[in-house]
Amino acid sequence: MESSTIRRNLVLFGTFVALALAGACKKKVAPAPPPPAPAQPAPAQPTVTLSASSTTIQTGQSTTLSWTSTNATDLDLEPGVGKVAAQGSTNVSPSETATYTITATGPGGSATANVQITVSAPPPVQEQPAPNVADLFNQNVKDAFFDFNKSDLRADARDALQKDAEFLRSYPQVSVTIEGHCDERGSEEYNLGLGQRRADSAKQYLVSLGISADRLHTMSWGKEHPFCSEHNEDCWQQNRRAHFVMIQQQ
Amino acid sequence: MKKVLGIWALISIALAIASPCSFAQGSQDWFKTGTGLGVQKVKLAVPEFKSESPLEQLFHQVLTDDLTYSGIVDMVSPSFYPVNIPSVPNELNAAQWSQAPANAMMVAFGNLTASGTSLSLAGYLYDVRQTPAQSVLAKIYNADATENGARLLAHEFADDIISRLSSGVPGIAQTKIAFVSNRSGHKEIWEMDYDGANQQQLTHLGTISLTPRWSPDDSHIAFTCFEAYRKIVSAQICMYSMLTNRLIAFPRLPGTNSSPAWSPDGNQLAFMASLQGDPEVYVTDSFGRHMHRLTYTTGVSTSPTWNPKTGNQIIFVSDRDGLPDLFEMNADGSNTTKIPLSAATGVAAADLPATGYVVDPAWSPNGELLAFSWRRPAGNYDIYVMDLAGHQLIELTRDSGENERPSWAPDDRHIVFESTRSGSLQIWSMLADGSEARQLTTAGRNESPNWSWH
Repeated sequence: MESSTIRRNLVLFGTFVALALAGACKKKVAPAPPPPAPAQPAPAQPTVTLSASSTTIQTGQSTTLSWTSTNATDLDLEPGVGKVAAQGSTNVSPSETATYTITATGPGGSATANVQITVSAPPPVQEQPAPNVADLFNQNVKDAFFDFNKSDLRADARDALQKDAEFLRSYPQVSVTIEGHCDERGSEEYNLGLGQRRADSAKQYLVSLGISADRLHTMSWGKEHPFCSEHNEDCWQQNRRAHFVMIQQQ
Repeated sequence: MKKVLGIWALISIALAIASPCSFAQGSQDWFKTGTGLGVQKVKLAVPEFKSESPLEQLFHQVLTDDLTYSGIVDMVSPSFYPVNIPSVPNELNAAQWSQAPANAMMVAFGNLTASGTSLSLAGYLYDVRQTPAQSVLAKIYNADATENGARLLAHEFADDIISRLSSGVPGIAQTKIAFVSNRSGHKEIWEMDYDGANQQQLTHLGTISLTPRWSPDDSHIAFTCFEAYRKIVSAQICMYSMLTNRLIAFPRLPGTNSSPAWSPDGNQLAFMASLQGDPEVYVTDSFGRHMHRLTYTTGVSTSPTWNPKTGNQIIFVSDRDGLPDLFEMNADGSNTTKIPLSAATGVAAADLPATGYVVDPAWSPNGELLAFSWRRPAGNYDIYVMDLAGHQLIELTRDSGENERPSWAPDDRHIVFESTRSGSLQIWSMLADGSEARQLTTAGRNESPNWSWH
């Protein structure tokens, strides 16, 4: 193609020379034609690469797209990113599986590169127990224990009730029923009264620690609801207590 | 029996002449005293009644039991009976019954006739110590020709006999006992005949029901139930109507409310309540209105029992001195005094439990005797009776399980109580001297008996 163009020019040039010679007889001979202009070098083709830090992500996660290019004057990263520099990186967080395409355009043409980001559903969420007040109550609130036929608070009962008061201060929405319990020995009727005294002892101590009496309800089961049913002191001690029950919020 | 204090005088006589068999067996260093010892009882023969009805066997068994457990007669052994059994008075040969070996003083006899759906009893009681025999009782009784009809005839006849033989003190064969049973799976209020027959469930609350108490006209039973007051469940006073067979309203209160007790006129209830803090004894009218407080001492005050004779005093349990003990006050709350068990006589001091842990006071209908349970150091409970005037004490149970919660029969002669002596908690009755104990319940665990007023 190129050589044929040159040849055609030479033919035209020769024809022009012949006409000039014929018209100016004996005139000076025309100067030698200039050498043909050197051929111009063609513009280079652009190149582009695109990669992702991870090609598989879970819904909500992101990945980093990185690219490089040559001979490009214009780079367009789709979907959703748009014009970008000749090289660089960006975070993307597709909501579903998507193919990102970068198009590099330059004087020498254009080029494209793709990367597919696969988006998977997250694994079933581990049932993170939402901060459950009832569980915290059961973990933190301790019962107060008593001596036989007594309703006054021992040192260990005061320790337990101080921790109970901390919890109740931290969760002001919580109200409690304090249940008085007795061991199996003794009269059923008297034990109903003794259990009430135990519940009231615990309540009064909590009130002295600043807990509102409105949040503290008391009742007695006497010896009707034992925690332990054997007939020995270990068991009886288990049954002589003020037991805390959380009242569920409405 | 009218003059109970006379009986206490007889106790000492009984002790003096006590036969070896009145001592407990083995190495025990205590012996039983009793109101019946030394008193000559009527020797009574009760031969079979002439009848074509298959109900006669049941009738005769119930009649014999009623008389045996009355505590006021000695039953003549049937093996000593003469051959000829009378069914009408002119067939009675007094001498055959009064002479050996029968040696009867009285003969109860007659005939039982079933006709259609009705059952008729001609019942006679004759004194055979004189000739001719003297009629003490002759009466026609009618009932349905059913097992319950046969029971009713036996109870009516027995009550008439007992009334004749005890200067008019009525028999108790038609009385009822309210109690607590868990046989349905929950502690509910039940009732039964005084001999354990016809046990039936009254309440169906499905929770915990305790301490039934008959109203003085036997038309209502007040008891301790667990019901909600402003969404908080606690012990409350409940009221059951025997007339409509259902619960009727009673006010709900905060805290623990328990152990109701009726004033003898039926117009007031005393019970323990904690609405002002410490569990104390309060009084309301029978509808729970006009509540006012009787006790004001730190500690538990509970288990009130009114003087059933006068209504002027209340005996109750209080731990104001440490362990629960018995106190008496006027019905308006004034003049509280401790019942001086330490000053009681009649039981050797060495045989008394350590002072304290005395509960379950029960005032006898005549106002003269107090039954209660006393916890021994070893943990057992036993039932005692004390006369309130002289502080004479007798121990009714010993070495036979835990015995608690006595309640008096209207005749002042019988006590119903709960005992573990059979291996499980059951209801028993006995004479007020500790004799003639008989088990009334067997199914489930049964406790807290209360004898009706009539």
